[in-house]
Amino acid sequence: MATETTTNTPSASWEYSAAPERFPISIEETHKLFIDGKFVSPKSRKWFATTNPATDEKLADIATAGAADVNTAVLAAKKALPKWSKLPGSERAKYLYRIARRIQERAREFAVLETLDGGKPIKESRDVDVPLVAQHFFYCAGWADKLEYAFPGREVQPIGVCGQIIPWNFPLMMAAWKLAPALACGNTCVLKPAETTSLTALRLAEVLQEVELPAGVVNIVTGAGDTGKHLAEHKSINKLAFTGSTGVGKMLMRNSAGTGKRLTLELGGKSANIIFADAAIDQAVEGIVSGIYFNQGHVCCAGSRLFVEEPILEEVIQKLTHRMKSLRVGDPMDKNTDVGAINSRAQLQTIEQYIKTGIAEGGQLHEANNQQLPSKGNWCNPCFFTDIQPSHTIAREEIFGPVLSVMTFRTPEEAITRANNTPYGLAAGVWTDKGSKVFEVAKRLEVGIVWCNSYNQFDAASPFGGFKESGFGREGGMQGLKPYVKLV
Amino acid sequence: MSRLTVPKTYKLYIGGKFPRTESGRSIPIQDCKGEIAAHICHASRKDFREAVEVAAKAAHGWSGITGYLRGQILYRMAEMLEGRREEFAAAICATADVTTAAARKEVDASIDRLVCFAGWTDKYQQVLGCQNPVASNFYNFTVPVSQGVTCVIAPDEPSLLGLVSLIAAPLCAGNTVVALGSQKHPIPTAIFGEVCQTSDVPAGVINLLTGKRSDLIEQVATHRQVASVNAAGLSKKDRVTIEVGAADSIKRVSFSSLKGDAWYDPQLCASPWAIEPFVEMKTIWHPSSSH
Repeated sequence: MATETTTNTPSASWEYSAAPERFPISIEETHKLFIDGKFVSPKSRKWFATTNPATDEKLADIATAGAADVNTAVLAAKKALPKWSKLPGSERAKYLYRIARRIQERAREFAVLETLDGGKPIKESRDVDVPLVAQHFFYCAGWADKLEYAFPGREVQPIGVCGQIIPWNFPLMMAAWKLAPALACGNTCVLKPAETTSLTALRLAEVLQEVELPAGVVNIVTGAGDTGKHLAEHKSINKLAFTGSTGVGKMLMRNSAGTGKRLTLELGGKSANIIFADAAIDQAVEGIVSGIYFNQGHVCCAGSRLFVEEPILEEVIQKLTHRMKSLRVGDPMDKNTDVGAINSRAQLQTIEQYIKTGIAEGGQLHEANNQQLPSKGNWCNPCFFTDIQPSHTIAREEIFGPVLSVMTFRTPEEAITRANNTPYGLAAGVWTDKGSKVFEVAKRLEVGIVWCNSYNQFDAASPFGGFKESGFGREGGMQGLKPYVKLV
Repeated sequence: MSRLTVPKTYKLYIGGKFPRTESGRSIPIQDCKGEIAAHICHASRKDFREAVEVAAKAAHGWSGITGYLRGQILYRMAEMLEGRREEFAAAICATADVTTAAARKEVDASIDRLVCFAGWTDKYQQVLGCQNPVASNFYNFTVPVSQGVTCVIAPDEPSLLGLVSLIAAPLCAGNTVVALGSQKHPIPTAIFGEVCQTSDVPAGVINLLTGKRSDLIEQVATHRQVASVNAAGLSKKDRVTIEVGAADSIKRVSFSSLKGDAWYDPQLCASPWAIEPFVEMKTIWHPSSSH
């Protein structure tokens, strides 16, 4: 009996079942624009290809929205506004709850699509992005009929038609951050996804159809910078919400001058992660790793400047080096992958240029070069630099890649001064076991989010957004409603 | 024989002192009869830069004191203004075509506005901030914090109430202020520094300039140490100048379109929503677990 069993199940012939993500999801060959509740071909008659950054394979053709297409979308949103804004909040809420539920039901499909189109590890799209998307719609849904409690003493009105331009690093999550509060507050929207990551937004449009969201309440126009420009400059847009680079944010601010358009900007960052000698070092090293290598460092709040208190520098470097070497870089569809593909060839070149500059300016590169990187696709080994001064390019400019600058400090005062010495003000991390110190440092950091003894935590109930040149307005939480209401 | 009066020399108020403009320039201000009522300091760009510099230096101290103390200082300003009610009413009447009763009403409303904001200094945080019920083991809360230096451009009318309303909101939130007073009726601005100086307002926290908007608007818009702008009564051209310039350092810009009686409405001028444009929301996460 025993022999038979052994014969029937020889361990050498055992094969693991394929991960669910291995089963392909269907992707249409062409993706049209979503305007007035329907998928329509672009009047521009132009299309562009979207590729999988991990394989360079083309996934689909996407419509390019020209000026006429954007105009149609904005007019559809304008037409839908009176009815949608007058709908009782409790009814608007039910549409948003439906969206949240449908995303939960189709979570796997969204996660796979996000990873195929954007290159982020499946464990992140599955465990972070998509759950947060559902939560964001569910959270905002509940506010739709309770807005007057969020703004005591005032009556609340929607602003009108919102133009929303989002980046490629958290494609579906950014769509949710933009659409959910806008819709809850009674606005209608025209959303423009980033050109490298349009697929999940267009799949979301299918969900909007399924839940019978009234036509024109949400319109999705795809394309590159020109499409965004047409949208931002359209006269019938009452509010413009943008997430992306500080350079483009400044341009939008200038171009909106005198138009009376409301504006919210969620821009770049160069966030500091401060490790005091009394911190729990192993946990802090995990925080450094999640701070800079999460989503290949394509994170506006990435902890890209590490400040370590001098006495523990050696220990932190040693542990960070060890931990960095254990990160798996490669196929984003593999559930064990920690660092996926760089979103685009252009971004990879930008990161590589910064790494060269870091070396040229005297920094010492520490790289996890033990990886067998795939032959096709856009790949960058996670790395960090020592011998870096605050004046070095890589310590000042946003890289948007898995590149960390390590610097030291001697006193809390010095750590705070150096952390604040940047035009950005998005986020920071503080690691210490001393309660009074953690709150004093948190108080004095000029940033919108402080992660104490943690990093890169997100939640629909928690406001996100920056100080200074990292933009203004908040997304998420009660404060995230303000950019989408007029107080009267 | 009637006594010869001793008229006041009107100066700027910068860094807790009363300097004349470094430019040596002045502007004659006419009363309602067209006669010269005063020569007002014509503040220069250098005066403005100097004021921003001292305001930036004072910002850390002002934002660092308790809301309770800020409240007492704003309340002290109200006390000082109350004691000089007639002088300010006369200052308003000196150049504006209003009755003494109307001028007194404006002074009274300005005093009451300061009292109202004095009360907000340790409360707006509880209205605008909150604890966030995140779906993980974290203690998470959002607090409103100050921005730094706010530049105020006061409307021509009401010259005192407009100035007081526009500076009180950012001050309440812990910002320091550089204010350009009413261009048409600058005398109340020119003497308001005396209220500030006798109210324990730390030097540099409030800085008051008189002169021409057209000289300074570009500087207000583009000075990188200015974090936010609170302005009223601007022309469309000036608003565009401010918005375009503000983009260079992503300044927070707030324009008020209040007119006439609306300035007297505390709901519009002194609610937490008047303070909110001058705070940044900071969200702090900390793990909460016994492991």
